Amino acid sequence: MRSASFQIHLASKLATALLAVAGSVVLLLALTRFIPGDPATVILGSRATPEAVAALNARIGLDKPLIEQAFAFFGRLFSGDLGEDVFNGRPVLSLVLGALPNTAALAISAMLTAIVLGVPLALVSARWPGGKIDRLVAFLSVGFISTPSFVVSVFLLMVFSVTLRWFPVLGAGESGDLGDQLWHLVLPTAALAAGWVGYIARLLRSSLLEVLSESHIRTLRAYGVSEAKILMKYALKPAVLPTVAVLGMGFGELLGGAVFAEVIFNRPGLGSLIYDAIRTRNYPVVQGGVFVIVLLYVLTNLIADLSQSLIDPRERARLVSGRGAVT
Amino acid sequence: MTAALLTIENLNVSYRGRGHSAHILDGVDLEIGHGQSVGLVGESGSGKSTVAFALLGLLADNAEVSADHAAFDGRTQDFAKRETASLRGTDIAMIFQDPMTALNPMFSIGTQLVDIQRRRFPKESRKALWARAQAVLADVGVQDAAARMHRYPHEFSGGMRQRVVIAMALLVEPKLLIADEPTTALDATIEAQVVEVLHRLRQRTSASMLVVSHSMGLIAELCDSVVVMYAGTVVESGKVADVLHRPRHPYTRALLACEIDPFAAFDPSQDLATIPGTVPDPSRRPQGCIFAGRCPARHDRCSEKPPQQQAGDGRTYACWLEAA
Repeated sequence: MRSASFQIHLASKLATALLAVAGSVVLLLALTRFIPGDPATVILGSRATPEAVAALNARIGLDKPLIEQAFAFFGRLFSGDLGEDVFNGRPVLSLVLGALPNTAALAISAMLTAIVLGVPLALVSARWPGGKIDRLVAFLSVGFISTPSFVVSVFLLMVFSVTLRWFPVLGAGESGDLGDQLWHLVLPTAALAAGWVGYIARLLRSSLLEVLSESHIRTLRAYGVSEAKILMKYALKPAVLPTVAVLGMGFGELLGGAVFAEVIFNRPGLGSLIYDAIRTRNYPVVQGGVFVIVLLYVLTNLIADLSQSLIDPRERARLVSGRGAVT
Repeated sequence: MTAALLTIENLNVSYRGRGHSAHILDGVDLEIGHGQSVGLVGESGSGKSTVAFALLGLLADNAEVSADHAAFDGRTQDFAKRETASLRGTDIAMIFQDPMTALNPMFSIGTQLVDIQRRRFPKESRKALWARAQAVLADVGVQDAAARMHRYPHEFSGGMRQRVVIAMALLVEPKLLIADEPTTALDATIEAQVVEVLHRLRQRTSASMLVVSHSMGLIAELCDSVVVMYAGTVVESGKVADVLHRPRHPYTRALLACEIDPFAAFDPSQDLATIPGTVPDPSRRPQGCIFAGRCPARHDRCSEKPPQQQAGDGRTYACWLEAA
């Protein structure tokens, strides 16, 4: 099934993705200059000697022009070097790789929860539009989508950890103890998934209703195919496409955007790593961390994009044959 | 003569909207005998497709359906409760208008042809249903049916898709086959092929047929009798030959005049025949004869509702004109 046109399609997607990554790195490096105050002074304190400041600037590369910095960044990247922590000289790469599993676990569990709860809610809402469940889901969704996850986090912490003492307050659990880690994952997952459950339920519901009004569904109804089969098979597959695209974006966003949840629940993930680095003006760590987040974001979108083409036979045919879009 | 397969008396359909209601069908009578083929003809908005959809209980939820009496194959059916929905895919099958949208783009033809047989043959294995589908697909003229079963709708041409849609209807071996504008969405050359398939089908199956179309030509080709509809009412019905050659109702005559004769010399100076005016708004139906506003033979009595006149041979028409 792999053909030249498929490779061209893949190559163009990859090129776009790389361009996005490169653009974000330049922005990232430029940002360091726009933040008020000389980074070296902030890092070393106001009584630092000019020699020390110059040495630090040379070490982070702030003494060079922006473009040169960017090239240097990418040059080091090829040897797997993301730079060093300003304070203790530890490689940023190992810091990021150490924090990544905690963030990934949180993002994956939040997304899975959102899918596991959101898809059935969407199916029920679309089966009986305007019904009790549909209206309840619509009401709660709007509530959860519009409530920021850090607000939900704080409330969950207060109710379930502080008052009821059902769940641990802080941390990611003992390393090596899977049960404890999962236990620590429950509340942050709930905080992050709440909005996404509603979002998936509403988004999928509306695409389901749209598909259900199409004539091929009427054909199936005219032959007495059961409503359950129509909904779960013939309507769900075409309706799931827009949701897959959003899931790709959402997952990428959770990988980087779990900052609040990680800070509030004090989980040592990418979000809290970057948060701490920003507070201490630890620029190499900020740059390395954000770079990895950008990379993951682009990657998840790429995967979502490709899996959409794999679900839709028309899109698949278009890619394989190289013909234009089929109408 | 045995009882007809389908009898409907005084079928009414209206849509209730906010503060107003639109009357789509007003007192439609329809009778289809066993093995008989009936055409339902009329211009757009005449309600002919609504009759077909009402038969299967496929109308939107806000449609109000009622009939004085309705029976299918000896059993009384309550249209108001949409009892006929239970006949879907077992006793009644429908061939849909637009083959480009009637099939699901995400599933193979084979999968769809198997699933539509489920209700008719609940105990058969998937393999057996697949084999049946493949055989019928070959039968309606799809070449290389075994491989085509695994293909998706976008890989079929319009004419081939229409054959797939016809195969669906054949697969459930219905007692009544409804064809809703089976050739309207096709271009002329493919139309001829599909008519050919329908024609063969007509000769082979014992099923009754209801052909819904705006084309008198198609009806003449496929049907024994015809029901002419205008604005939700039946204006004339009878044997195809009688109605076509000696139309009684002015609307039937006007409709026949609009048919394009493919063998006539093309004369660009001559305008194509049309019926002046438009179908009345279903929410503001006139009191008397529904066609009076556009009728060339209208006179004073037309402000009253015309009676159903009998003209022998089961021919009826609703018009004040005594003799044609």
